[in-house]
Amino acid sequence: MNSIYKLSKKNQYLVSVLAILTITGLSLTIEGLVGYRVIAFLLLVSVSVLAMFLDIIPVIVAAALSALLWDLLFIPPRFTFAVGTTEDRFLLLMYFIIALIHAVLTYKIREVQKEVRKREDKANAIRFYNTLLNSLSHELRTPITTIIGATDNLMNANKLSDGDKTELLSEISIASMRLNQQVENLLSMSRLESGVFKIKKDWCDVRELIYTTLQRFEPTLSNYRVSVFIPENLPLFKLDFGLMEQVLHNLVSNAIQHTEAGTDIIVKADCTDEKLVMTLSDSGKGFPVAEINRVFDKFYRLQGSRPGGTGLGLSIAKGFVEAHNGKITLTNLPLRGAMFTIEIPTEISYLNHLKNE
Amino acid sequence: MNKASILIIDDEAQIRKLLTITLESYDYNVQAAITAKEGLAAVASHPPDLVLLDLGLPDESGHAVLRHLREWYSNPIIILSVQSMEEDIVKALDSGATDYLVKPFRTGELMARIRLALRKVFQDENNHLGDFGDLIIDYSARVVKKNNVVIKLTATEYTLLALMCKNEGKVLTHHYVLCQVWGPSYQNESQYLRVFVAQLRKKIETDPNRPVHIITESGVGYRFVGK
Repeated sequence: MNSIYKLSKKNQYLVSVLAILTITGLSLTIEGLVGYRVIAFLLLVSVSVLAMFLDIIPVIVAAALSALLWDLLFIPPRFTFAVGTTEDRFLLLMYFIIALIHAVLTYKIREVQKEVRKREDKANAIRFYNTLLNSLSHELRTPITTIIGATDNLMNANKLSDGDKTELLSEISIASMRLNQQVENLLSMSRLESGVFKIKKDWCDVRELIYTTLQRFEPTLSNYRVSVFIPENLPLFKLDFGLMEQVLHNLVSNAIQHTEAGTDIIVKADCTDEKLVMTLSDSGKGFPVAEINRVFDKFYRLQGSRPGGTGLGLSIAKGFVEAHNGKITLTNLPLRGAMFTIEIPTEISYLNHLKNE
Repeated sequence: MNKASILIIDDEAQIRKLLTITLESYDYNVQAAITAKEGLAAVASHPPDLVLLDLGLPDESGHAVLRHLREWYSNPIIILSVQSMEEDIVKALDSGATDYLVKPFRTGELMARIRLALRKVFQDENNHLGDFGDLIIDYSARVVKKNNVVIKLTATEYTLLALMCKNEGKVLTHHYVLCQVWGPSYQNESQYLRVFVAQLRKKIETDPNRPVHIITESGVGYRFVGK
């Protein structure tokens, strides 16, 4: 329905005229069987159907055209615009009026529906922004409050011991980093949703990608048992290095957020069916089955999860993977922990097998 | 040696203030300009030893300032950019910026970049020996030693490493390296670069997966770090 609805004005007229001409043509072949009055109903039905899809003017055109054609081709005396009997004159008039009423009523109903849909969209948007604002105001205000409070304290420094000062400064530093991370996420999200977002693919060494990302988590990550499995002969893949780095970054960050230090984090990469397949598994509690489909939703956060996230990391990861025409899935592992799987179909190059120049 | 002079071109008063205080505390001579026009005039009247240039200026883009400056000014220019827009950074580096920093940056990082950039200015260029801690490169004999053991490099590997070593501390964009090592017709053949960097890391890094010499600058290029 939508595709027809979006037809240009010109095409709408074309559709309405062609439909009436086609029905009239068909009617000519069955006129002998059913009589010319039944044809009127047939044409009326066609006009009603058109009214469901087209704007009001093309429908009125269809109504007028079908009335004229019915008069010209079917009402005796045929092939003239003259109408023989008073009864038929009445019928023709009624036909035209009913066709018009159909056109107008259907149009009005559609307008009302449009209005309702608009209102629903608006309500959804408001609900969405409320969630956003709640989550954001909390996640942004916490570090800002810390920074303002700590600087106020430092300005009255004569009451503070050196140890307190150092602690306050380190709180400011942590809060600023957290604030920066939130802003970074928001920027990525708005980049994704702006529509002007484009990806820049180039040959990537996935080993380099994975280790570069992991290195950014030092020293936090050295508290985990991290294992990386990458086959020696892994080809090069065409990817947007920066985006994929952020995808991995968000997955690792999610794993750190939800699991205890000392547990396993396993990263694997391989080339399967000409696709890059990367997995990241942790050995935390896994995700509640009921929530597993929602973890990629914007601003979605697990019930009772630790503070610190915006609920944006995983949906950004999903957005960036999908920008590569890939997909990302989450499964719980049989014993414990969860595993994210990224599959990206892309160009590959085995140039790295041709050694050496 | 006189104090090195640094010109800050940034329209944000807070950033200028922060940078001025920080740099002065590290004993640099600091000037500041608010607009592109002011900045260009300041460089022309008293050419500083180094320029810190913000890419988002009110009157003219930082890229334009960079191009104007590079017509005659050869001292280091470090770009400050707001977002990590890789394309912007690559563009600035390819038109002559010495280095870049993405706001927000840590003071330590800024000071390290400034020191590195300035060291090149004050350094003797005709040194035939590069000493990078566990790695020593002899440009005249084309020999590379790691922990005093000669390592075998292919001709391309050597050219690549020598290029990086001579630009120690500087980010080299993918295009630049491809042009210099393989020639202009290879500037989009980044797969060569990936393969050779991986090979080189296996030979010169103690742990090729955690490189300390050839550092990846995501989406931009590589930076060779001495130690």
